[in-house]
Amino acid sequence: MPRLEELQDLTTQVRRDILRMVHKVNSGHPGGSLGCAEFFVALYNELMELNEGFDMDGKGEDLFFLSNGHISPVYYSVLARSGYFPVDELNTFRLINSRLQGHPTTHEGLPGVRIASGSLGQGMSVAIGAALAKKLNKDSNIVYSLHGDGELQEGQNWEAMMYASANKVDNLISTIDLNGQQIDGSTDTVLNMGSVRAKFEAFGWDVLDVKEGNNLEAVIAGLKKAKSMTGNGKPICVLLHTVMGNGVDFMMHTHAWHGKAPSDEQLETALAQNPETLGDY
Amino acid sequence: MKKYTDQGKNDTRSGFGAGLAELGRLNPNVVALCADLIGSLKMDKFIEENPERFFQIGIAEANMMGIAAGLTIGGKIPFTGTFANFSTGRVYDQIRQSIAYSGKNVKICASHAGVTLGEDGATHQILEDIGLMKMLPGMVVINPCDYNQTKAATIAIADYEGPVYLRFGRPKVANFTPVDQKFEIGKALHLTEGTDVTIVATGHLVWEALIAAENLESQGISAEVINIHTIKPLDANAIINSVKKTGCIVTAEEHNVLGGLGESVARVLATSQPTPQEFIGTNDTFGESGTPAQLMEKYGLDNKAIEKAVLKVIERK
Repeated sequence: MPRLEELQDLTTQVRRDILRMVHKVNSGHPGGSLGCAEFFVALYNELMELNEGFDMDGKGEDLFFLSNGHISPVYYSVLARSGYFPVDELNTFRLINSRLQGHPTTHEGLPGVRIASGSLGQGMSVAIGAALAKKLNKDSNIVYSLHGDGELQEGQNWEAMMYASANKVDNLISTIDLNGQQIDGSTDTVLNMGSVRAKFEAFGWDVLDVKEGNNLEAVIAGLKKAKSMTGNGKPICVLLHTVMGNGVDFMMHTHAWHGKAPSDEQLETALAQNPETLGDY
Repeated sequence: MKKYTDQGKNDTRSGFGAGLAELGRLNPNVVALCADLIGSLKMDKFIEENPERFFQIGIAEANMMGIAAGLTIGGKIPFTGTFANFSTGRVYDQIRQSIAYSGKNVKICASHAGVTLGEDGATHQILEDIGLMKMLPGMVVINPCDYNQTKAATIAIADYEGPVYLRFGRPKVANFTPVDQKFEIGKALHLTEGTDVTIVATGHLVWEALIAAENLESQGISAEVINIHTIKPLDANAIINSVKKTGCIVTAEEHNVLGGLGESVARVLATSQPTPQEFIGTNDTFGESGTPAQLMEKYGLDNKAIEKAVLKVIERK
């Protein structure tokens, strides 16, 4: 499948972008970003129906909301490589006077971004609002959102989950990045959430697992399956099992790289594990 | 001095309800959200006429602010309704990130502001909300004075693109502004001309200021009363031009003097027209249970307190 190879090349290139962006400014969040590369590539290149250009209202197209805004590097890389803004601009990540703020915002007018995020736990409510607006506008497109698993510790999520099922917001697909890590350690040690699946189900959502969240084919298949489940009276939750820091051996399976930049030497090692495919920016 | 007459006491929240109902007929993009306080916010008429444009969120104010932000992304103009405390302090971060910083066209409509909420007591009587909202970049802060003005303000803010905080109260207060008076965001209204003192008031304290001005007139003191319905953006020119004539000023609000209208006025005057000023407001305190009239008296928010402050500030000229 040549298309899959193309997307695989894009995923590798996105990983290089993430590493280089965070390294250049010596700050940012590589771990969660690397773990979500397949998800973003699949979403923006296989799943979402998108209009040409960008307008804030996004009528007649699918919408995506990033709730865990700290993984901005993967978001910016995929937006740039999907044509929302010049790939060169990735050079300005987290620098003064940049549109690429540490956490994404609408404040600087960056195409592709429709809500600020960074303070956690707010994105699901926003996604529900956008999904309700689509229903009012008789717009059959879908709203996607992404949330960290640690982020579910914020209570606003549970308000939102309750609302979405009670009001049959069935044009919404919320994906949880289940990497099991947060800043202070594993999610089990910081605040054990028990079964996330059981909790979503108890709140009236349809839930599906993508066991191989870093296998591009599996992610595409899982998201397509989720899409086929929309319109049936329930919001959809995708439990995406990923590995934090995926693709860089020394960053994997640990919270240590949640918000830390690689040194010059570490960058070289990491890039060597993700050889250039589509050209660096 | 021009006389104003009370056309009949009414609550400002009913002005909001009437304005919202009219907006439902005028603007198909207006939607309303409520956190289990439909009756308190007087939203019934809008809901009856536009059930599909109303969202009952339940007791979940943070979720309400996020959903409101999301609705704007489909071109809607959301009006959220709950008590002032739960409209601001409880959800400050949600408003900050998802609405103000994101530049979303949400109208945060807050009832039961201030101590005149009465017997429910301090947990429900926010006196810090003007300060919280005015500190948010890009947030417009409006505190209308009576039923008619609250109705007019509700209708007017739908035509303004951007986040707005609209504050009103629970008790029935004097309704004295003309029913057809146009509401212009940021444009102060001169109610009486005067030469000895400027009184700028906001919310239902405008009526108290008018009573104080009338009492002062009988003592030979000419007060200029200005209705500051918009605290941000503040009509600085109206204030500066008035104090150039009168030489002193009293500010009056049902809010903590820390962070309220008075401080905004003081900043304007300190940087362009230093002027003796006295502050009517609560003094770094929480409220308590009581009737609105008892609380107005105890916390020094009524016309008598304004009168006293005027006599004091004139001495300082």
